[in-house]
Amino acid sequence: MAYAAGVDVGSTQTKAVIINEDRQIVARSLIDTGANVVVAAENAYAEALKSMNLDEREVEYVIGTGYGRYKVTFGDAQITEISCHGRGAVHMFPGTRTVVDMGGQDTKAIRVSPTGEILDFCMNDKCAAGTGRFLGAAASALEIPLGELGEVALRAEKAVKISTTCTVFAESEVVSWLGKGKKIEDILLGVHQSIVSRSLGLMRRVGIEPEVSFTGGVTRNIGVVTVLNEQLGFPVNVSEDSHYMGALGAALFAMDRIMAGRVPVNGETEKA
Amino acid sequence: MSDGQTVDSIVGRGNRDGAQLFRDWFENMTHAPERGEKSAYVFVMGSMAEILRVFDFHTVFPEINSLQTAVRRVAHEYLNTAEDYGYSPDVCGYVKADVAMQLQGGKHPMGRIPKPDIAVYTNACNTYIKWAEIWERMYHVPIFTLDVPGTRQHLGQTWPGHPDFEEDKKYVAAQLKELIATCEEVSGKKFDIDKLREIMTQANAMSRAWKRLLELNKNTPSVFNAVTDGTVYLGMANGFRGTEAGARYFNDVVEEMEYKVAHKIGTLHDEKYRLIFVGVPCYPIFRRFNEMFTELGGAFVSSTYLWFASGGTNLGLEYDVSRPLDSLAEGVLINVRHAMDSMFFQHQTLIDMIEPFKVDGVVYHPIKSCRTVSTGLADNRRALLAATDVGSLFIESDMMDKRVVSEAQLKNRIDAFFEGLATRKQMAGHQV
Repeated sequence: MAYAAGVDVGSTQTKAVIINEDRQIVARSLIDTGANVVVAAENAYAEALKSMNLDEREVEYVIGTGYGRYKVTFGDAQITEISCHGRGAVHMFPGTRTVVDMGGQDTKAIRVSPTGEILDFCMNDKCAAGTGRFLGAAASALEIPLGELGEVALRAEKAVKISTTCTVFAESEVVSWLGKGKKIEDILLGVHQSIVSRSLGLMRRVGIEPEVSFTGGVTRNIGVVTVLNEQLGFPVNVSEDSHYMGALGAALFAMDRIMAGRVPVNGETEKA
Repeated sequence: MSDGQTVDSIVGRGNRDGAQLFRDWFENMTHAPERGEKSAYVFVMGSMAEILRVFDFHTVFPEINSLQTAVRRVAHEYLNTAEDYGYSPDVCGYVKADVAMQLQGGKHPMGRIPKPDIAVYTNACNTYIKWAEIWERMYHVPIFTLDVPGTRQHLGQTWPGHPDFEEDKKYVAAQLKELIATCEEVSGKKFDIDKLREIMTQANAMSRAWKRLLELNKNTPSVFNAVTDGTVYLGMANGFRGTEAGARYFNDVVEEMEYKVAHKIGTLHDEKYRLIFVGVPCYPIFRRFNEMFTELGGAFVSSTYLWFASGGTNLGLEYDVSRPLDSLAEGVLINVRHAMDSMFFQHQTLIDMIEPFKVDGVVYHPIKSCRTVSTGLADNRRALLAATDVGSLFIESDMMDKRVVSEAQLKNRIDAFFEGLATRKQMAGHQV
């Protein structure tokens, strides 16, 4: 049995996924990236291997992705997370034509062909508005654990309109609304609507074609999923493994290499 | 001459000679005030060099002065000075670098830029007009706006013989006469129409060579990099327009490129993808920006920058020197209009280039501090994608301000673009 792995080194968290020849996930791991990107990649991969009692020699091909992809020193190649999220989403949800990935510091909209080819993509530009970090700023201001934000937001009766698009200023705007006596849940729903609105803007730039698959760390936030469904007017594809979509896509590309006899594919950077 | 000697003497000559001539140009400009010579501040989209040279004005290009501060990695010092003075971070970076330079008495990494005796500009960029007003107030010098009628609708250009064109030409010609009178007043010299004819003849030679040069990159492999080499050529096309040195330079560059075509000497060892660049380069990381494409086998075979920043002279239009003023009005109208169209309506030209230039992808590079060149790019890209199945990339940064240039984010998008190009080639059945 051949195994392939993908390691997605994101700005906030590092994910590793190992798949078998049937392209099924057999191991996964998730750790905070922290300050040392190289160590984060190594630790995430080691954790995934350990969970399946696999030796790294049993994994024939490893692809690094994410912003830290060139720091996956044990990897055989690197592919951008844009390609990997597209590939992973089409594999997990074959009807996918649009992918929206919300991570810690960036949000991207990707239009894909039925075979997972990237037709177009668009990302937030040089600021963290509309990303997971925006939710983090609100959680910090309201002193609510990040994992509970979505559920609290869904208890809102009337969302507050959050006007800032700046993650740094979001915190002060949240505090100012608290000072005006607004309920925490109403403020939080406003925060969720704000980041979904930014994401929809990116999606419109590439063209929204159903099915839409939602990927990245923010998929764990039920509030964002609910608001996204409402604003799109139809439900997005999301699963427990959506957080791992980049790493899964990388692992799928890695399995392609194994099956193709490790023939390098142009456009990707092969390890010397 | 052996082939080896020819390679050494010809290949790379355009960049070597261009760099030397450019240094000489700045040196000459630096010492102009000591010799009592006058300077005209002009812009790349309609420099009016043909008329200004008749009166022996040095043509000073503030856009080129400013971009040189970015290439030489000192732009941030100039931008900070202008912002400390009160200019907003959102104002054009070229303007701010120039203002900061003026505030420091013309201090520039290439020399010392003389003060203007006159500023002449077209309406091709709306910022030109406000920019010139700054010098007018700083130095109390005359400024001259040449208002060139633009294209009234997409693909609606009219040409000589058409009533609309002839009316527009009369409007431009009347302004040229006003410009000549103003130049006589500022320079204290009489207008010499034979000197104008000679300058126009040199400009004709340059236009002819410029058009030929751009077309040579239809060849595979491409023989010059439209972003990096192209910027050197642009500097020459602007600074030396209407001069014998400029005409000779471009004839030499064409000879160099024809040699490279004949010997299949490309810009890359392995040209995998042929790209067109749309917009203004990212000067704060000029070399690195280009490398992010070339290291993955991407070659820039053309660029809209080479069209609009040469004032539209890429059309190769040649003046009829037997009727100099009438022909100059005609040329200014066609060229400056083409420069504007190259920013606002360039998609049809790009669509028409995909096949002859064997283009794999188009790279759009809107920049934060230039609305004029950037605003229409999203629409133009949509039009291109609707008409062709060519790959495209949309990346944003700036031509001056490194605070809004994120190399990691650019690299991520560029890598993804190449992954897409690779997939397209594979699916099209090509082995690359």
